[in-house]
Amino acid sequence: MVEEAAPGVVIVGAGHAGGSAAAFLRQYGWKGPITLIGEEPLLPYQRPPLSKAWLKREATADNLALRPARFYDQQRIETRLGTRVIAIDRPARRVLLEGGESLPYAHLILATGARPRRLGLPGEALDRVLSLRSAADADALAAVLGPGRRIAIIGGGYIGLEVAASARALGAEAVVIERERRVLARVAGEALSAFLGNRHRAEGVEVLTSTTTEAIEGEGGAACAVRLGDGRRIPCDAVLVGIGAMPEVSLAAAAGLDGPGGIEVDLAARTADPLIHAIGDCTRRPLPLYAREARLESVPNAIEQAKQAAADICGRPPPVPEVPWFWSDQYNLRLQIAGLAFDPAEAVLRGDPAEGSFAVFHLGADGRVLAVEAVNAPADFMAGRLLVARQMPVPPAQLRDTGLALKELAA
Amino acid sequence: MPRVTYVEYTGTEHSIDLEVGKSVMQGAVDNGIPGIDADCGGECACATCHVYVDEAFLARCGEPGEQEASMLGFAATAQPNSRLSCQITMSPELDGLVVRMPEAQH
Repeated sequence: MVEEAAPGVVIVGAGHAGGSAAAFLRQYGWKGPITLIGEEPLLPYQRPPLSKAWLKREATADNLALRPARFYDQQRIETRLGTRVIAIDRPARRVLLEGGESLPYAHLILATGARPRRLGLPGEALDRVLSLRSAADADALAAVLGPGRRIAIIGGGYIGLEVAASARALGAEAVVIERERRVLARVAGEALSAFLGNRHRAEGVEVLTSTTTEAIEGEGGAACAVRLGDGRRIPCDAVLVGIGAMPEVSLAAAAGLDGPGGIEVDLAARTADPLIHAIGDCTRRPLPLYAREARLESVPNAIEQAKQAAADICGRPPPVPEVPWFWSDQYNLRLQIAGLAFDPAEAVLRGDPAEGSFAVFHLGADGRVLAVEAVNAPADFMAGRLLVARQMPVPPAQLRDTGLALKELAA
Repeated sequence: MPRVTYVEYTGTEHSIDLEVGKSVMQGAVDNGIPGIDADCGGECACATCHVYVDEAFLARCGEPGEQEASMLGFAATAQPNSRLSCQITMSPELDGLVVRMPEAQH
């Protein structure tokens, strides 16, 4: 029998979180083996451009990759791509791979991500009913977008709106079908939703709010229309379903590490098993600024938790908690959002949406800034991020006063 | 290839050859150099690739764009020679570039 190498860190999931964890482990001085296992055939890559530059063919595979292939050789990170982990054997400290092989671990990092939520409606299995999570999904989507084509987008969230903007840039028609009464209902305030809904309409996107979907109709096995709850029929060449994502927790759950709404972790990204960390979209994590827990789907969160896990494994103190943040690009709009508006008491507008540059500050009942949503207003985003971090109450009149530099307030 | 030296907050230096056309941020990420987070992957959206450019090279790096300047105005520990390294593109004139990293990017 061949002697087995000493167990090292095994990372399950080669997305932004998993890839970053491997890099931080080396930066923080981990000398042992690192094995990065991914189901997709690709080295870790950036997902945010999939709905934007990649779809518009403005990005190449090289600039989509997080790091070049030589990085993994130089850093002695073994990559196992196109490889599925089917079970975790906690007592034996091994992961079992599809095909029968198993790998030992000293530490295991679960970075299994999330998968698109399904509609659960008739017609969902037809051809040209797409979702957007992976580069392969984006390629399939790109193939159906072009002049003269029409895409029906179910869900007016970030994915749906970014794809609508890209579709318009590619000369395609887009119809956004949103169940709630406004786009981005779960993730943005009223003012931002209204502004973006209007902007998409001005760009020629049909935005249908308070509109439910009943079924997807097919012809010759492929989607050809969406039937709405009110009986209307939206003819289309393809359907994108963008109604959110579910944490990919099946491995963890089978190993007894599940929680409601994601794998429960602490601020060192530790699960209930001291040898197993979990990071990124699959986790439910503490948010110390808000004294609660939530699951965040974002690249900055993936990177922050990758740092937490790597620091913990290397015996370093945990990194300083960061302010959660998000960004999106649609048309010539750059959205930057810092913080999370849990139980907001007041929304304060700074600047003029009609001018295309403004920010909305969401304040809690105690007057502190919970979150800022900035549109083409990078300075307000940066100021807001500082105000959120400092947990400072700020008088609304001062936030509203564009003659007052926010730098003074945040200092 | 032109050479870039990154100096960590602790003083540790890392010198690499960086292909013309690549950003100084990407050079750090591609080589596992600590101290540059680059949350947004080079979109000038996050200011987590903040560096101090050695004075001798500052003019050769060009002026920051409007977006970058706005972000830098609020970056923790910004100085007159602060730049976002995702916005500095490697060129032959920048051979020998030295950038220093702040203590933290967040």
